[in-house]
Amino acid sequence: MPDTGVGEPHAAHEHPPHLAHHFETPAQQFASGKLGMWLFLATEILLFGGLFCAYAVYRANHPEIFDVGHRFLNKYLGGVNTLVLILSSFTMATAVYCAQRSLQKELRVCLALTLLGGGIFMAIKYVEYHDKWKHGLLWGTRYEPHMDEPGHAHDQVKSEHTSGVGGSAEPSIQAPATAAASAPATQTAADERSTIAPATIGPRGLTELPDEESTAEHPTPRQVHNVHIFFGIYFVMTGLHGLHVLAGMAVIVWLLIRAHRGHFGAAYFAPVDLGGLYWHLVDMIWIFLFPMLYLIR
Amino acid sequence: MIDDYSAPATQQTTTSNHSAHVAGHIVPVRVLLTVCLVLLVLTLTTVAATWVDLDGLNLWIALAIATLKASLVALYFMHLRYDSPFNAFVLITALVFVMIFVGLALMDTLEYQPTIEWQEASALQRR
Amino acid sequence: MFTPATGDNYLNHTRGIGSWLVTLDHKRIGVMYLVSILAMFMLGGLFGLLVRTELLTPGPTITDNPDTYNQFFTLHGVIMIFLVIIPGIPAALGNFVLPIMLGAKDVAFPRLNLCSYYLYVAGALLALGSLAAGGLDTGWTLYAPYSTQTKSAVFVVAAAAFILGFSSIFTGLNFIVTIHKLRPPGMGWFQLPLFLWSLYATAVIQILATPVLAITLLLLVAERTLGIGIFDPSLGGDPVLFQHFFWFYSHPAVYIMILPGMGIVSELISTHSHKHIFGYRAIAYSSVAIALFGFLVWGHHMFVSGQSDLVSMIFSALTFSVAIPSAIKVFNWLATMYKGSISLNTPMLYGLSFIFLFGIGGLTGLFLGALATDVHLHSTYFVVAHFHYTMMGGTMIAFIGGIHHWWPKITGRLYSQLWGRFACILIFLGFNLTFFTQFIMGSRGMPRRYYDYKELLPYHPEFHALHAASTIGAYALAIGLMLTAVYLLHSLFRGRRAPANPWGGSTLEWQCSSPPPHDNFATPPPVGDPYDFEGIEYDLQAGGYVRHAPEGPARVTTPGDE
Repeated sequence: MPDTGVGEPHAAHEHPPHLAHHFETPAQQFASGKLGMWLFLATEILLFGGLFCAYAVYRANHPEIFDVGHRFLNKYLGGVNTLVLILSSFTMATAVYCAQRSLQKELRVCLALTLLGGGIFMAIKYVEYHDKWKHGLLWGTRYEPHMDEPGHAHDQVKSEHTSGVGGSAEPSIQAPATAAASAPATQTAADERSTIAPATIGPRGLTELPDEESTAEHPTPRQVHNVHIFFGIYFVMTGLHGLHVLAGMAVIVWLLIRAHRGHFGAAYFAPVDLGGLYWHLVDMIWIFLFPMLYLIR
Repeated sequence: MIDDYSAPATQQTTTSNHSAHVAGHIVPVRVLLTVCLVLLVLTLTTVAATWVDLDGLNLWIALAIATLKASLVALYFMHLRYDSPFNAFVLITALVFVMIFVGLALMDTLEYQPTIEWQEASALQRR
Repeated sequence: MFTPATGDNYLNHTRGIGSWLVTLDHKRIGVMYLVSILAMFMLGGLFGLLVRTELLTPGPTITDNPDTYNQFFTLHGVIMIFLVIIPGIPAALGNFVLPIMLGAKDVAFPRLNLCSYYLYVAGALLALGSLAAGGLDTGWTLYAPYSTQTKSAVFVVAAAAFILGFSSIFTGLNFIVTIHKLRPPGMGWFQLPLFLWSLYATAVIQILATPVLAITLLLLVAERTLGIGIFDPSLGGDPVLFQHFFWFYSHPAVYIMILPGMGIVSELISTHSHKHIFGYRAIAYSSVAIALFGFLVWGHHMFVSGQSDLVSMIFSALTFSVAIPSAIKVFNWLATMYKGSISLNTPMLYGLSFIFLFGIGGLTGLFLGALATDVHLHSTYFVVAHFHYTMMGGTMIAFIGGIHHWWPKITGRLYSQLWGRFACILIFLGFNLTFFTQFIMGSRGMPRRYYDYKELLPYHPEFHALHAASTIGAYALAIGLMLTAVYLLHSLFRGRRAPANPWGGSTLEWQCSSPPPHDNFATPPPVGDPYDFEGIEYDLQAGGYVRHAPEGPARVTTPGDE
């Protein structure tokens, strides 16, 4: 039984304005559009799937890289971003509802709120990226971890360490309580104006994890190599996701403009629906990225 | 496959049969709101789960919660629960193939033998 | 130029080059693709001839720079794979034939279709631009770490392939939605002609596999420009991971290449044997099986790369299984011919060539799929011969056969059967001389991608003669192909006008005029068994075949009929 929709004759007098000539009914057109969009979303899933593969391969073989690397990510900022995207998905789904009910003003408000959600997401992303840039926590050959700008005392770093968790809006380098506690007595006294991190406290110091044989009195740190791989994966995954968020925001702007012109209503709301599907996919991908990158331990 | 747009639409404020035919099923706002709240709660749960150290199990718990959240988004926000089942089939197929890719590649790399000392990348050392 | 067909058809429906450049008509888009793809085929063939000419003699023949030779075979591969064979049949013939065979007015998303075409053009221009950017010498496979470090035009070619990937994805997307949603009343899945089943299976692969190529290329470019260190061992990366990424797409890609070719062969064999296809469901299910199984075997390209033994064994076993659906198809085609009324037209000769050449290609794949033998045969000319037999002896022969089969429909002209048969035989003989010798060389150890074989001659003096024979075969092949171009072009100006159904085909496209009208069918045509040849007889007056319906008059739709 072919699912081509109702086979009514293509009557000339009752031709809905949005019906393309090669479709028989609006229902057929809408169902085709939906299937087409789902196929496109499948390609996006496969695209990010490749990145999940790289993540899985490196994490399985070198869990220590991810263990160390993720400590530099602020999971609370990441959590806020997750909540923001979920809310924006809600407003997007509500926008589709408004379009289906021909509620024009509400439709515009919902689209605008979705756009705002995207904007907040990107803003928080910018804050995170900027912090990484400042501290040299980048990929590959650009991985040059260093402390805050000259002038920041090494004492400040030490106090951040002992407080354990950096909860400020501008995340600083967090040190888990365990590392601070086991920071060996080999730390060197540092000049307060120095920009060179003392050996065991800077990010490089965090890569020295104690061996099983080490004790509190005689720690034997094991160097963790290639932490930059974590940041390479982090930036590619979140960067590609961010590009998709921006593309989604552009789509929503386009929808807003058309909504302003009153294009959408119960008779024709496919672009809102299909644009919404794309936005939800972007949300779904972040739902996986967040625990995989931020919540490793 | 039943074309769900042949079912009479509910909660319509439209005038013509044609448009009602297209609008099809509309997800009520209270359903959307409920799903949204559940998602927010699950997000907080995921973060809270990291305060408990369960070693290797942490990753799987996080992925399980993420899968649940993604399913809710797909079923309700993306309308899959009320759509033609083939659309859901497309999504599932994509996920299955990602798993095939990751699974076999992972199976390969997990067989790597530690015959070579893991060295600091020489390019970085030269700096 | 050439005199347009009488009556209103898609060629003269609107005039001027502008109307072609912004057309949404799938038939015009198909024709534009056909012209572009054949042009790229000539260019890729030229690079192939450069490769073969260099190998005519040991030592330098036409160039004394090995890097130049590397560029010859790289460009040959890149152009042939990304610009000819992958888009090939779906874009050029599929676009034209699919909606008509389906009984639809157009594909589901005509604008997306045009977008696909322009993405193809953009990718082609970029790929050719790489020549200006210093060329590429990594081989079309772009393996890390050479590709992450070489100064040659990796970025340009990767960008080109990325764009071409989207062209492919959009075409696949269009075809899947069209086949799902635009079927006329009465046409269920098992009333679809087998060409459509094969295009559907191909489209599934295009959707699922191509994005992984996209991410691979993106990561490669990121590696080169940003140095993220994911594939390059000097940065802590894993080069075998690159191969996993690359082949996860590129193996299913070869099924993108061959499945439409097999679909065409189903049409050629049944139409020109005037007999119902044997084992319709078996062939239909085999197409889908090949598409799905094709995703499970990519590691057979990596047996000697450092891939683990466990996974190599799994991939080898799965590779054997993927040969089964292909074999099922071959047996069904042979059974179709048995007791058929075979017309040895040019398209039929190409169909027969396909069965022979693809048979050899497929069987030699089994040698390569077996772990023990692959260790010896990997990276030798045996592999080169295998994939040329399948890709060229398979897909290209089917493509050319399809062009000859649907030429009257597309252009409204008939070409010379005499020249067609002659060229087909010349191509067949030239092809076998070129590539069979390569099986022999490869099994004796001649490595592929080698600029020179001088040092091997003391151990294998026969390599000189074999290489020379291969080169001569290549030139014969080229002449045969040029000949094809000549008589086909000639038919555009001087060919006899084609009737609606010159071959006696039973599928829907033979029910509209040659060339078809702009809208294909004014009303959805009546649908039945696509391989029902009952009542199709040659009519002298019509100059072609007509179907005599049991109750009386011939049933042929021409524009103006209602």
